[in-house]
Amino acid sequence: MNAIFKRPDSLTDAPTHFCPGCTHGIAHRLIAEAMDELGITDRTIGIPGVGCCVFLYRYFPIDALEAPHGRAPACATGMKRAQPENIIFAYQGDGDMAAIGTSEIIHAANRGENITVFFINNSVYGMTGGQMAPTTLLGQQTTTSPYGRDFNTEGYPIKMAEMLATLEGVAYSTRVALHSPKHVNQAKRAIRKAFEMQINEMGFSMVEMLSTCNTNWRVTPLEALQMIEREMIPYFPLGVFKERTGKDFL
Amino acid sequence: MTEKKLTKGNIALAEGAIQAGCRYYFGYPITPQNDIPEYLARNLPKCGGTFIPAESEIASINMVMGASASGKRAMTSSSGPGISLMQEGISYLAGSEMPAVIVNIMRCGPGLGGIAPTQGDYNQAVHGGGHGDYRNIVLAPGSVQEMFDLTIKAFELADKYRNPTMIIADAMIGQFQEPCRLVPEKPVEFPEKPWALTGRRGREPRLLKSLYLGDYEQEEHNLLLKQKYDEIQEKEVMVEMQRLDDAELIIIAFGTPARVAKTAISMAREEGLKVGLIRPITLFPFPTKQIYEHSKKAGKLLVVEMNTGQMVRDVRIAAHRDASISFYGRPGGGFPFPDDVLAEIKKALDGGPR
Repeated sequence: MNAIFKRPDSLTDAPTHFCPGCTHGIAHRLIAEAMDELGITDRTIGIPGVGCCVFLYRYFPIDALEAPHGRAPACATGMKRAQPENIIFAYQGDGDMAAIGTSEIIHAANRGENITVFFINNSVYGMTGGQMAPTTLLGQQTTTSPYGRDFNTEGYPIKMAEMLATLEGVAYSTRVALHSPKHVNQAKRAIRKAFEMQINEMGFSMVEMLSTCNTNWRVTPLEALQMIEREMIPYFPLGVFKERTGKDFL
Repeated sequence: MTEKKLTKGNIALAEGAIQAGCRYYFGYPITPQNDIPEYLARNLPKCGGTFIPAESEIASINMVMGASASGKRAMTSSSGPGISLMQEGISYLAGSEMPAVIVNIMRCGPGLGGIAPTQGDYNQAVHGGGHGDYRNIVLAPGSVQEMFDLTIKAFELADKYRNPTMIIADAMIGQFQEPCRLVPEKPVEFPEKPWALTGRRGREPRLLKSLYLGDYEQEEHNLLLKQKYDEIQEKEVMVEMQRLDDAELIIIAFGTPARVAKTAISMAREEGLKVGLIRPITLFPFPTKQIYEHSKKAGKLLVVEMNTGQMVRDVRIAAHRDASISFYGRPGGGFPFPDDVLAEIKKALDGGPR
């Protein structure tokens, strides 16, 4: 009998610590599927940031380095330069990449480091209990923006995929979402493409994934999925913002 | 005999790194250590190495972490403010038990501080700097030759103990020139690294981490680190001791003040004063036993530092309870001249302060 659906070899059978309804698990599965399909598991090293993603090594049966908060792109830089034959990916949340780690992500991208970064944008600090992040939507209530995010005092949500796309060193920058089967399939293609960019030595690749945090958004898992469509996508449009097709360096 | 070349301290250190097999350097400019990155930017590519002018000292130390996690010898260098920015990464390196060599050619501080020779970062290097319960191995070169030799030693110790190793030097040692033998005294040691992240091919996955959330996991981890630090204390002390046999007063100093002390000791000896020297070369591990034994015999200690009194606290802990301890410090770029030290010697011998 042929198996038509199974756990990817690049995913362990450890039960996740993620809250029910959280889409981190979907992102993990898609990354594992892509590693399987590309046959790169043996030579892939993962670098989780700090936050809900920190236990990455429990779920991927690969070598892993736990980076300081926001510094994963710098760690990945040192690692990739030391072992260019291997596939290095960082996995960061929005507090990690878009707040404390902006310097590291921008300069790794600008140097065109041949690494892949997966970016989970769920508009809050998840693990610490739902505080306001740079990606928090205008008007969104969090534990540290209890009256709703106000652009007069907190500025506007930061658009990482668009911002990184302006840098010459970037080979691939895209934003996908994880809230429906159609979008999950698109996300899978983007993740695979990002890995392929690295395999083909095209330079820096980044996939931003709009994710849920139903626990800290204080909604049901279903409502959270609907909120991605209704509230996040209008501000964070999906699409490919940069895709290098050849080694067209300046 | 191997030929010696007139060499600047910082250059000897940079060349030492290359000869120690360091092929990865990441750094950000800051005076008075710029000769190090400039030398390595020119010379690392010639031997297949990687030099990245990083966007910050924070990025530098994390790039070091990435290369070190890969099992490669990696280094960064900086000064005062830059070393402060690296403390987060140094703490992670210690917690995850990764080797790294971090060089601090000290600035005066606090704050931006001046660039004159100083030793204000002793406490930061020796007693932490970053968060958590950890120790750095700390080496303190006292000559251009030691800038070369101790850099090789730093890589060996870092690898052997999987621990960040700092080299701290004042700007005098970094900037002046002396004849230096630029070849290693003995073959460089390269320990196996069965923990390095190289892709799991044919083996179980490996993990380098510092987060321990389970009950008592962190305590167990910290106690294992403590065992390692105890072993380092037991086995790795390096210290120079001079003229101690008949000494009634011992000067304790490292780096440039130790050199000045040697001149002052010669002057004192000419006047018939019995003065010796203990120069810690490793600041952690500290030469606690040596100071205890010799202070018991000599009875009087004079600590000379280019700060307001940092190592002197460790000397107080190490010294025999009956020893009287004096301190002479010149902070913020002030310089202890031999005449000044001689005057302090006389004061201390006349029964200086406890």
